[in-house]
Amino acid sequence: MHLGFNLRGAWAIYTTELMRAFRTFFQSIFAPVLTTSLYFIVFGAAIGSRMSEVGGVSYGAFIIPGLLLLTLLGETTSNASFGIYMPRFTGTIYELLSAPVGVAETLIGFVGAAATKSLILAAIILVTASFFVDYQIAHPFYAVGFVLLVAAAFALFGFLLGIWADGFEKLQIVPMLILQPLTFLGGTFYSIDMLPDPWRQVALANPIVYLVNGLRWTFTGRSDVNIWMSFGLTLGFLIACVVAIALIFRTGWRLRD
Amino acid sequence: MDAILELRGLTKRYANGPTALDSVDLEIRKGEIFALLGPNGAGKTTLIGAVCGLVRPSGGTIRAFGLDLAHDWRRARARIGLVPQEMATDMFTKVRHTVEYSRGLFGLAPDPAKIEAILRALSLWDKRENQIRQLSGGMKRRVLIAKALAHDPELLFLDEPTAGVDVELRRDMWAQIGALREGGTTIILTTHYIEEAEEMADRVGVIDKGKLLLVEDKRTLMARLGRIEADVALAQPLSEIPAALSGFALELSDDRSTLIYRSADAGGDGQGEVAALIKALVAQGIDFTGIDQHRSSLEEIFVRLVEAN
Repeated sequence: MHLGFNLRGAWAIYTTELMRAFRTFFQSIFAPVLTTSLYFIVFGAAIGSRMSEVGGVSYGAFIIPGLLLLTLLGETTSNASFGIYMPRFTGTIYELLSAPVGVAETLIGFVGAAATKSLILAAIILVTASFFVDYQIAHPFYAVGFVLLVAAAFALFGFLLGIWADGFEKLQIVPMLILQPLTFLGGTFYSIDMLPDPWRQVALANPIVYLVNGLRWTFTGRSDVNIWMSFGLTLGFLIACVVAIALIFRTGWRLRD
Repeated sequence: MDAILELRGLTKRYANGPTALDSVDLEIRKGEIFALLGPNGAGKTTLIGAVCGLVRPSGGTIRAFGLDLAHDWRRARARIGLVPQEMATDMFTKVRHTVEYSRGLFGLAPDPAKIEAILRALSLWDKRENQIRQLSGGMKRRVLIAKALAHDPELLFLDEPTAGVDVELRRDMWAQIGALREGGTTIILTTHYIEEAEEMADRVGVIDKGKLLLVEDKRTLMARLGRIEADVALAQPLSEIPAALSGFALELSDDRSTLIYRSADAGGDGQGEVAALIKALVAQGIDFTGIDQHRSSLEEIFVRLVEAN
């Protein structure tokens, strides 16, 4: 019997969460791929073909990392937040709380499943993008690592959101009213070097700028910011989320009466 | 008999709220069926929640199988099952999957034969590929029981297991709970149907306002607190109770056609008094057409205890 870590428990959560995503295939997979494809068609193929190069690559190739992140951040956060909020909402959380699973198993199950869904989504989006835009990945190893890092960090963030939320509206607020605007303004469609001062300085205060540029560097080899700062900030955000979740499990906040 | 669960001074106070559990001491014996009775809000579900990890106790200790739940919670929880009061389950998942999921959560390897045996025992095998939302209320409740049994718990909590199910299904569930006990599972159940406790429990605890009022063997409790009652249907109504019968605890019904006898409690010789009463009626020439004698139910005892509290 598992005394320190319940691997089968983590696996049960992970597979069940993945099954939930495929049960809602149109909402979880098809809709975000379709939306991102429309961006590629409009901004990459239609408008992008009439624009000059940005950062040494075609405009279509330039916007791929940002669009990928736009989808990844929203979907990962939403998936993870719904993953833990629904058991709280329906009462099925009793089963998790009464089982021999701790914070590690719960995170690996819920966050791992949300991150996996995001990676599947990212792969589909990249394949889809290749039909509309010619692009190359300059540092494939770093690209996979960075996407993994971002997916894990925002799955953890979504998990926190799902514990904090006490209604469906709060689940939607953060992805729609915070993450999406910040991603749009974070250099998805432009290089922040194009911005005049003081707007460039203001843009640097947007944390999403570092994510977009981190991923863009892995694709194009160029970035508006120091890429190690991008990796460092993302890793720091991930660690902060893990610490916050561990504290929540220790105190039982919003989980146990 | 060995204690499988020991609660010492278990207390739960909610911030700016009531004391849901007030220093509860309780020992559950291995292999017994223990019925925890109490009115709504008495603390039954909080007590179960504290043992099963759903509620953070404010004080006291919980030991299960000799393990302190504050430290050895993983090993202890792996041996405890819970059927919750609320119908809490993912309605879109299939019956077999949700039971397999429960087994996995408790760290056990997949065992299709075991899952099949549980589903067959609960008459759910034919519905194994159905989504839970497609099942009737009684079947949904049986799915919750199947989930709780998926990891072969040694200690099983049933929180209102038969709430909302029809009489026939309730009888089926009683039989299933009895079979579990025969298999060695210790069962703690809360119920609003006191006949359920009367039918199945070995021991009974009564809780009210967070305090455990008593814990006693069911038969001892009913013998100690249960009354003998006898209704004597008179051939002719009486205007008043004759003086010769003043030594008996008698009342006359409103229509004056029935003499109602109630013993002080079952500890006395209630049956002997009823016999003496009948002899006295015959001696006084008071004719009667029938006698209905019965012992008061656990429900009546429970109501008296809670009202006294």
